Amino acid sequence: MSARILVVAEHDGKKLNPSTAKCVSCARALADAEINVVVLAADAAAVATQAASLEGVARVLTIENAANLHPLAAVLAPQIVAVAAPFTHLLGPSTTFGKDLMARVAGLLDAPQVSDIMAIESATRFRRPIYAGNAILTVESSGEGKLVGTVRMASFEAAGAGAAAAAIEKAAVSVPLPTHTRFISVSAAKSDRPDLQTASRVISGGRALGSADGFKILYSLADRMGAAVGASRAAVDAGYAPNEMQVGQTGKIIAPELYIAVGISGAIQHLTGIKDARTIVAINKDGEAPIFEVADFGLVGDLFQIIPEIERLVS
Amino acid sequence: MKRILVGIKRVVDANVRIRVKPDGSGVVTDGVKMAINPFDEIALEEALRLKERGAAEEVIVATVGPADTQQQLRTALAMGADRALHVQADGVIEPLTVARAMLKLIEREQPFLVILGKQAIDDDNGQTGQVLAALWNRPQATYASKLELSGETARVTREVDAGLETIEVDLPAVITTDLRLNEPRYVKLPDIMKAKKKPLDTLTFSALSVEPRQQLKLVRFEPPPQRQKGVRVKDAAELVDALRKKGLL
Repeated sequence: MSARILVVAEHDGKKLNPSTAKCVSCARALADAEINVVVLAADAAAVATQAASLEGVARVLTIENAANLHPLAAVLAPQIVAVAAPFTHLLGPSTTFGKDLMARVAGLLDAPQVSDIMAIESATRFRRPIYAGNAILTVESSGEGKLVGTVRMASFEAAGAGAAAAAIEKAAVSVPLPTHTRFISVSAAKSDRPDLQTASRVISGGRALGSADGFKILYSLADRMGAAVGASRAAVDAGYAPNEMQVGQTGKIIAPELYIAVGISGAIQHLTGIKDARTIVAINKDGEAPIFEVADFGLVGDLFQIIPEIERLVS
Repeated sequence: MKRILVGIKRVVDANVRIRVKPDGSGVVTDGVKMAINPFDEIALEEALRLKERGAAEEVIVATVGPADTQQQLRTALAMGADRALHVQADGVIEPLTVARAMLKLIEREQPFLVILGKQAIDDDNGQTGQVLAALWNRPQATYASKLELSGETARVTREVDAGLETIEVDLPAVITTDLRLNEPRYVKLPDIMKAKKKPLDTLTFSALSVEPRQQLKLVRFEPPPQRQKGVRVKDAAELVDALRKKGLL
């Protein structure tokens, strides 16, 4: 039996998150897989059109319900289960949206989940990082029943646009939805900088920046370079940067072309978040810092002198 | 009685450098320091603070794992948990099996709140809380960085990719913890002595009518590919020059 894959789309009601195109890329690793995308939204039209344009997508299902305005796992999961019958694999992104949701889907389906898929070797064989990426585990499912998976974002390029748009179908879903979980608010810092998870250049700061004010030299350089800004856990814990900027095992795992670690010593949990970066630059006053073990280019010195100087040189 | 059930897991200590066994059958755990999964420690701390504020009367700590996990349960009791439940089991225990066992404990203990870590730092699955909430048919509030109880509801601030999300859930509910929810307390020596007298019940899957299932075969463990060590540059100018040559600027 060839694989029929359902990818659960992540979006904000208007735009498809690039995480979905990465899930499609992951699914395309199975040569004969039929790839479907499901969009759960209050109004799915715009997002469905974007999903239908992705290369490799055979069909887009939409499930529209006013209750889907904000993505609550407890509300979305039973609707996904309601359309799951024909599919062999259900994939979502390994983002906070997908991690929260897909495991609930797995629970409802009584199905196993493979978290953080970094490679699909066959319809039943997957590779994933464990121990903060310090070991790679190959797992194999029985092939019976459904398999749920979350896709590690740093391991896949986003699928591009296909030659022809896939068909979009409205799915009629009438399952009772829980009211026990209610959205109140989301506070996201508005930023014109590129998204940390998809940016090709990222500059991250650590505790050595000293304060939220200290981060300003990174923002300034990032804006000059068109880069996103990240932070180490230590910097976020100290209140120098908001939580959504955290890069590492429990923050965001990223794979930019260029990663510049500024004043970050390189705890193993941080390195987990950046080991797929193409080129790593480390700037730190401590020449013995572990970050230099993984850096392609290391520069020992005072970041408060070096960063403004780099900004002058790239201007 | 108003009870909170906290799930903990015994894992390799976060500071240990992991080594994969040469034959690829697992990671080396012999003689390695073990600890309560750090996120679960945060879960326990939150439960203890709720009890100290009068929002709960009893904190029960539960685990599914091998006999040695008693050490971590004793640590949890020393931190302040009132009693411990140990579902003793060996081998690979998948999140679905853990969730099934936890559900049985929920049925027995009737907690109004279940708190677990958002993920275990060994297998990094990050599933058990959500699977449990699904099986229990109750709300889940994952990645919590703030938890406020009021009456029959909880307001939870969640660390999500976009920033901070606040949701409200009816109780009972499952909460999973993120790093910044609290800073767990240190265990004091007299508490370790006291913990030895606290109740610790040992259970089995069969006593709970749970059929353990392993649905994913662990085929092979490998060390990750190592990055090549790079070069040192002497100043900002040399760095910018090198990055320009690689087409990165």
